[in-house]
Amino acid sequence: MSEVGTTIESAVAGSVVEEIAHVGELTIEIAKDRILEVARFIKGAPLAYVLLSDVTCADFPEHPGRFRVAYHLYSLETGSRLRLRVWAGPDEEGGPGPEVDSVVSVWATANWHEREVYDMFGVRFRNHPDLARILMPLDWEGHPLRRDYPLGGEEVQFTDAV
Amino acid sequence: MALIPPPGSPIERAPRTDPGIDRDLRAADEEAFEKSLLITTFEKALHWAQASSVWPATFGLACCAIEMMHTATPRYDIARFGAEVFRATPRQADLLIVSGRVAQKMAPVLRRIYDQMLEPKWVISMGACASTGGVFNNYALVQGVDKVVPVDVYVPGCPPRPEGLIEGILVLQRLIGANGLPSSSDLRREIAPVSAG
Repeated sequence: MSEVGTTIESAVAGSVVEEIAHVGELTIEIAKDRILEVARFIKGAPLAYVLLSDVTCADFPEHPGRFRVAYHLYSLETGSRLRLRVWAGPDEEGGPGPEVDSVVSVWATANWHEREVYDMFGVRFRNHPDLARILMPLDWEGHPLRRDYPLGGEEVQFTDAV
Repeated sequence: MALIPPPGSPIERAPRTDPGIDRDLRAADEEAFEKSLLITTFEKALHWAQASSVWPATFGLACCAIEMMHTATPRYDIARFGAEVFRATPRQADLLIVSGRVAQKMAPVLRRIYDQMLEPKWVISMGACASTGGVFNNYALVQGVDKVVPVDVYVPGCPPRPEGLIEGILVLQRLIGANGLPSSSDLRREIAPVSAG
């Protein structure tokens, strides 16, 4: 495990699920219920990942966790980048639905990024100050970037060929 | 041989009673009269005036708007056709050039701007995206702006060159001027008359 991973694990025990180092980029998968604690820790010393560049998401319908939320971080002090991943959970009937703790209280910039993830994927962020749609019209139904969302638009001659 | 008659010779003139001369004079008079006067109907004059100063609204949506800006530059110069005065308020504009893709969220805004324009008013759908959705065949875009506002002229291209847009404006001017084309909103009223209730 890398130095960053060990530091996180020693500070927030049981938070690091998996660590992937690929083409010089470090990605750490965090247990879903520990993300807020980890966020609070890595923003302060010694890691000082003070800049949250982006919050993104991807939909893996076959995976039990389904929605993988990613936090892209940058440390101004060490000049290093870090990616945190959390599986938000599937959107099933009767289930709790995909839900992750909001990190707005740690990085204020997460506000709009989390709204975008909510708008496009329907992942809810617990304790977000204003979890409303940001890109689509407010009365839009569904979450367009989900894999099971219809492509939309109009039928054209080459629709079947795509 | 003296071609010039010597002084004192009688001048040969055609007799004044020749009816042919009067006819020629009358024709010459009429010609001069037509050259100095313009007789037309009020409607024709009105359409000529409308077609000669089509003022577009400043409403750029996407990359087509860049080409639309170029049409107003000295190189292309739509001032030649009386359409260079882009108005920043729809209330002073006759023409809405939908220049680019229209997002679902933008559609109500576009419609509102169209509604704020005074009549008569016309719409040019510029480029593939405005006309059909273009390559963006998906949930995010209106698949053709004619679902939102009535369109008079479609300009193809992705994006159309400034010449293309100028041609679209010229076509619109021909439609307005030559035929006295009712504006798109008039046509729409004819198709779907507003009920008295």
